[in-house]
Amino acid sequence: MTDSSLNISIKDVTKTYGDFYALKDVSLEVTSGEFLTLLGPSGSGKTTLLMVLAGFTNPDYGSVKFGGEEVVLKPPHLRGIGMVFQNYALFPHMSVAENVAYPQKLRGVSKEETRKSVEKALATVKLQGLGHRRVDELSGGQKQRVALARAIVFQPKILLMDEPLSALDKKLREEMQIELRQLHDSLNMTTVYVTHDQKEALTMSDRIAVINDGQLMQLGSPNEIYQRPKNAFIADFIGESSLLPAKVKGGFATIGSKKLKIAQELKKDGDFMLVVRPEKLFIANKKSRDANYFEGLVEDSIFQGESQLMVVKLNLENYGEVSLRLRLPNGSTNVGELPRVNEKIILGLKIADSYFLEAANGRD
Amino acid sequence: MVGIEQNFNQAELAQLARREHYTFFGLTLPYLVLVGAMIIVPIGWLFLLSFIGRDGSFSFENYERMINSKAYIRIFLTTFKISILTTLFCALLGYPLAYFMSQIPRKWANICMIGVLIPFWTSLLVRTYAWLVLLQKKGLVNTVAVDLGLLSEPIKFVHNTSGTLIGMVHIMLPFLILPLYANMRAIDPHCVKAASSLGATPVRAFWTVFFPLSMPGLIAGLLIVFVLCLGFYVTPAVLGGGKVIMAAMKISSNIELYFSWGAASALGVVLLVVTMLILFIASKLVSLDQFGQRS
Repeated sequence: MTDSSLNISIKDVTKTYGDFYALKDVSLEVTSGEFLTLLGPSGSGKTTLLMVLAGFTNPDYGSVKFGGEEVVLKPPHLRGIGMVFQNYALFPHMSVAENVAYPQKLRGVSKEETRKSVEKALATVKLQGLGHRRVDELSGGQKQRVALARAIVFQPKILLMDEPLSALDKKLREEMQIELRQLHDSLNMTTVYVTHDQKEALTMSDRIAVINDGQLMQLGSPNEIYQRPKNAFIADFIGESSLLPAKVKGGFATIGSKKLKIAQELKKDGDFMLVVRPEKLFIANKKSRDANYFEGLVEDSIFQGESQLMVVKLNLENYGEVSLRLRLPNGSTNVGELPRVNEKIILGLKIADSYFLEAANGRD
Repeated sequence: MVGIEQNFNQAELAQLARREHYTFFGLTLPYLVLVGAMIIVPIGWLFLLSFIGRDGSFSFENYERMINSKAYIRIFLTTFKISILTTLFCALLGYPLAYFMSQIPRKWANICMIGVLIPFWTSLLVRTYAWLVLLQKKGLVNTVAVDLGLLSEPIKFVHNTSGTLIGMVHIMLPFLILPLYANMRAIDPHCVKAASSLGATPVRAFWTVFFPLSMPGLIAGLLIVFVLCLGFYVTPAVLGGGKVIMAAMKISSNIELYFSWGAASALGVVLLVVTMLILFIASKLVSLDQFGQRS
């Protein structure tokens, strides 16, 4: 299926606005047929990068190649990309079918063929039979589907999406995430997807490129990014986590005067951060060798539907007070048996789950 | 749950809602009184006057004269010709300017807007005479052009149709630009971007997406300008130099020279009816809410 998609090669792309670096020497390879997500907080440069790919923003310098062909000097209409915008950007003066037929009309496709391709595209996004509707008669989710149909009707080899689901409510958004992913798998176009929603990125992507301050921070599979964040920013931005500064020396880590076992291979001694994910902590009834333990007091216990969130205050010797969050899936535990507020609790963290990152990679 | 019995506070809440209704209606009252007293009554009075002949009895003579007199027909033709041409030139000059203003950052657009509005706030009479000063035979334009050798002899800019048009276009331009610019600002810039990402050249994207979306503002501007032109008096009177006679000038002369309120009223009524007819046809041709809603 390589003929239905192209790889994208981004090299040293830099864009400044005055003194401000919106993008700083970003290099990135997107393989053919891949679903790659650009993830970052607002103002991180992820949208700028997408606009560079689309041709709406010219970088100061850098190279963008689609399938080996340099496109950075090409205007947007010659790049042959499908694009879905955040606010849909449907043409309000055209019907649904006219919107979807627009790119076909531009390409001089015959009427009969246009009609067929429009029907097919509308069917793909599950809007068959709604072609005659006016755009303003549609719900937000339907508008998003029309925008998608319009972007794929001419079978572009590259599909760009700029936070396409951000205007939808949570439930619909989560449905659409799975649908978009399935659609990508059946159409197989190279897809670059921009979002600030880390959960969305984890759900949909083959690989995630985390972008912050105009720089590529980490590129990897959702699993890698979540389990092995490269720095404190990523650990904090993706998923929930508590970061505890630790000193590593001779195969052990110390937080204050507390000693922790390490399974990870660390190249050197020095200052590190322990990344604690709330769902990796467990309540320890008895201690075993394969885990590190923390004793503390329950500060708060909150029922959140699918899970129970507990905030535990640790008082570490020579370190001070610190709070850890513990998330227990609902169903595995009987809430009545859990320690109550102000009761003592022992938290366990498997050594294999005790992930340390170099403090030098911290945000500051 | 209360079934057949009275629900809690139902009557009181309904009364509350009614009171709110009346309060809102009350807000429109001053306007309604003003319109009633200052517009509907005088127009009704004019309408009646137009059916009163010279001898003071009911008659159609004011309308008959209009149909039979070549002078009147010529005046109507002139009025429409000047109005249509002014509207056309306003569109040709105003659309590119409004488009330019809608595409630049708001800060710069506001500065441009001041440029549009300052003449708008200046007295009509002052601007009209200013054009006379500039364009007359020994005016600034002719003097400079002749001195520089661009013209061998002065061109007759004023006291004719061209002078009237220059002045009227200048005065009417803001009325076209204001609604058009507001409309263009509201067009989602992503729509044009979407068009070009889908393969449209900039020119194609403009004509297939931007222009249709700017139609409501353009039509609103055209209508305002055209209708204002139909009843315009000062500028054609001064710059036309008595050679361009529009309906409003005839109305004025009917009253001031001939004291013929009936004839003046009839002319006014016809002008009003024609204007309303045009608005009606325009609203049928293009339903104004058909375009421009943002998705």
